Amino acid sequence: MLAAILSLTILGALLGLALGIASRLLHVETPPVQAELEAMLPGTNCGQCGFPGCSGAAAALAEGSAPPTCCPPGGKALAAAIAEKLGLSLDLSSLTDEGPKLATIAEDLCIGCCRCLKSCPTDAILGAPKQIHNILKEACTGCAACVDHCPTEAVVMQPVPVTLQHWVMPKPLAA
Amino acid sequence: MSELLLLLISTALVNNVVLIKFLGLCPAMGVSKSMDSALGMGMATTFVMTLASAASWALEHWLLEPLELTFLRILTFILVIASVVQFTEMFIKKASPGLYQSLGIYLPLITTNCAVLGVALLNVQQAYGFFWSVAYGFGSALGFTLVLMTFAGLRERIALARVPAAFAGSPIAFVTISLLALAFMGFSGLNV
Amino acid sequence: MGLMEKFFGLSWGIHPEDHKRPAADAATRTMPVPERLFVSLSQHIGAPARPAVLVGQQVKKGDKLADPQGAVSAAIHAPTSGTVTAIGEIPAPHPSGLPVLAITLESDGKDEWAELQGCPDPFALEPAEISRRVAAAGVVGLGGATFPAALKLSLSQKSRVSTLIMNGGECEPYLSCDDRLMRDEAAAIVDGIRLMLHATGASEALVGIEDNKPEAIAAMSEAARPYAEVRIRPVPARYPMGSEKQLILVLTGQEVPADGRPGDVGVVVHNVGTARAVHEAIRHGRPLVSRLVTVNGACVGQPGNIFVPVGALVEEVLAFAGGLKKTPERLIMGGPMMGMSLPHARVPVVKGTSGILALDAAQVADRAQEPCIRCASCVRACPIGLLPLEMARHIQVGDLKGAVGVGLKDCIACGCCAYVCPSHIPLVQYFAHAKGEMAAQERARLRAEATRKLAQARSERLEREAREKAELAARRKAERAAAAAAAASASPAVTEGAQA
Repeated sequence: MLAAILSLTILGALLGLALGIASRLLHVETPPVQAELEAMLPGTNCGQCGFPGCSGAAAALAEGSAPPTCCPPGGKALAAAIAEKLGLSLDLSSLTDEGPKLATIAEDLCIGCCRCLKSCPTDAILGAPKQIHNILKEACTGCAACVDHCPTEAVVMQPVPVTLQHWVMPKPLAA
Repeated sequence: MSELLLLLISTALVNNVVLIKFLGLCPAMGVSKSMDSALGMGMATTFVMTLASAASWALEHWLLEPLELTFLRILTFILVIASVVQFTEMFIKKASPGLYQSLGIYLPLITTNCAVLGVALLNVQQAYGFFWSVAYGFGSALGFTLVLMTFAGLRERIALARVPAAFAGSPIAFVTISLLALAFMGFSGLNV
Repeated sequence: MGLMEKFFGLSWGIHPEDHKRPAADAATRTMPVPERLFVSLSQHIGAPARPAVLVGQQVKKGDKLADPQGAVSAAIHAPTSGTVTAIGEIPAPHPSGLPVLAITLESDGKDEWAELQGCPDPFALEPAEISRRVAAAGVVGLGGATFPAALKLSLSQKSRVSTLIMNGGECEPYLSCDDRLMRDEAAAIVDGIRLMLHATGASEALVGIEDNKPEAIAAMSEAARPYAEVRIRPVPARYPMGSEKQLILVLTGQEVPADGRPGDVGVVVHNVGTARAVHEAIRHGRPLVSRLVTVNGACVGQPGNIFVPVGALVEEVLAFAGGLKKTPERLIMGGPMMGMSLPHARVPVVKGTSGILALDAAQVADRAQEPCIRCASCVRACPIGLLPLEMARHIQVGDLKGAVGVGLKDCIACGCCAYVCPSHIPLVQYFAHAKGEMAAQERARLRAEATRKLAQARSERLEREAREKAELAARRKAERAAAAAAAASASPAVTEGAQA
């Protein structure tokens, strides 16, 4: 009985010691995944994911509490990249990618209040007090942060029209 | 020498751990989606199995038998295997971060890979000497790697095929591996 | 060239029935300028041109309508004299039928050239000057890819190419515009080739012509006889001989690397039609405003080759070519293998339009798709040596990365695989879809990067503003303190004085 207890204890202690030493010798600095994830996210802090900004979303992704599909402006491409980074299998079917949308301002409704200007994470809205605002298509990311700030509902999200440059040949139906 | 070679062949093909002995089915199903990770898993398992065979032989003959503690065999073997796996994990993480990432969760799972424990126990059962034990462990791992890679190759093709909805995913994989097992039954005619 | 090819001949490609005659033998006609021309602003690869005229402006034939925009772009000129009546969207000559910006030009019926500046002795010009003049004339590659010719000339001068290959392969069935041009205007083409040699600094020009065009070979050999540096080289008729990598392989024996360009093996490839356009641009100063178009197919009244002003509607071209005998099953712009099927005939001819085909049901031969039987016919046909069946499988299950892994990026979309497929699988459509998806992903990635930069710029701006505010506040405070101190130092004196 004593021999059994002693031998197991000694064996465990020895192996533990060996592993401890090995972990010292073979120590690797793992790059913080969170920082890498944060670099992949758009960085606009638009808040559509429900986390406090992109760094919050990166933290949630790193600890696994957010799905890789949590970033709507990133779309399918970003979701796939995040899933690969984290080694997760991705279920794209849950992601309804309706295609990109951009914010537009209805000129007859805009009262020039400047409230939307401050909310834009990419400075895409041009405007001055009592002047009709305008949104730069090239800079708008479609995050919809401005929509709720408009008192007259002049900001509307509209799908980006398909142009010749963006057209993709449809996938043929399988036989 | 030729006997050692025969042992290798017989453990790898005739008495294949996965398809004939049905050990280590968990990684065989789990890590066989791509050839890359199958090769990585096979290599890691080979390393662990060979090392564990040697370590368990030493344990059996120098500790358990002299002290008449053979009833502790499973317990001590698992302890040793778990330590070897931990060591392997640390080593791979240092040596090849890419492989470490692609193996992911399955590396620690080698601990619970019954093939590793099974081979160690079979060594004792067959009363093999040290070199034979190591060769047996290595041959079994070779067979494991062979099956894993063959199966992964098949699954890579199946991923592209149009499988009826009811069979998509795991069901078709099970059908495939059973056919693979049937194929390996052919080796039992080798009579070594 | 590999050993196998040396002994057993070329193994890639296909031999479709060429259907080139009788259209190729009919005399070339010139289409009268229609009442209204619709000049698309996207006539070339790269960024669309920017309009340089105003609505209501009078232009002469050859006046510039639009300026190039960006590095890869080309100028566009008025195909006839008249009035600009609109600048707006019209249906594009594209399978999607999406709109494209175009300049509408109403002809005044005079077809009057603007003042042109020809050059009697162009070989005295600097090579760069020739490139500049070619650019000013809006010349683009007339083989179909419509890459701005001037850019190609100056790039190949920079990369010091040694051989200029002229593509007279015209391997697409039905098309015969290059054939016809070589028969009728061999002298102009050879002059254009010599000008291009001068512009690129290449030492020799090899003109590859498929051996199913004996008349063109004879005419070109005759025209090129005085010039040793221009050599006519008949090549076996085989599709896709007119693909630049294949032609280079056959003529020079060199293979262009998978992710490389012809320049990497010291070669540049131009179409023979482009050579004529260069000749016109340099010798006569005429910009590219019309081109030879093959009108062919079972539904066309009088198939043949027609000089068509850029911007004429396909409908009008078909009407000029004897009208339609029956309703076409399919309308195609370009060749049947790589051309685009058109949604309708009310789209304009562009610089890259080599043919207009009105095919009937027998010629289209649309058959139902069947499952792949893994016969590997497509593998044998592929001129690049890819595995079309594997690529299509990967694309079918949405595995684009896997498709790229088996060579999707090297696919030239020649259509050989789909042509030989006994199961009639639309393989090229899979590849076109996958390439489009990859381009969309790349765009999304670039956009995300741009967004990150914008967000960063904003946070920097906010920081800067906060800092400036703080500095301003600090300065004010300091000023106030200084003022207070000054007041304080002044006031003690007063109080002292008061005390004294």
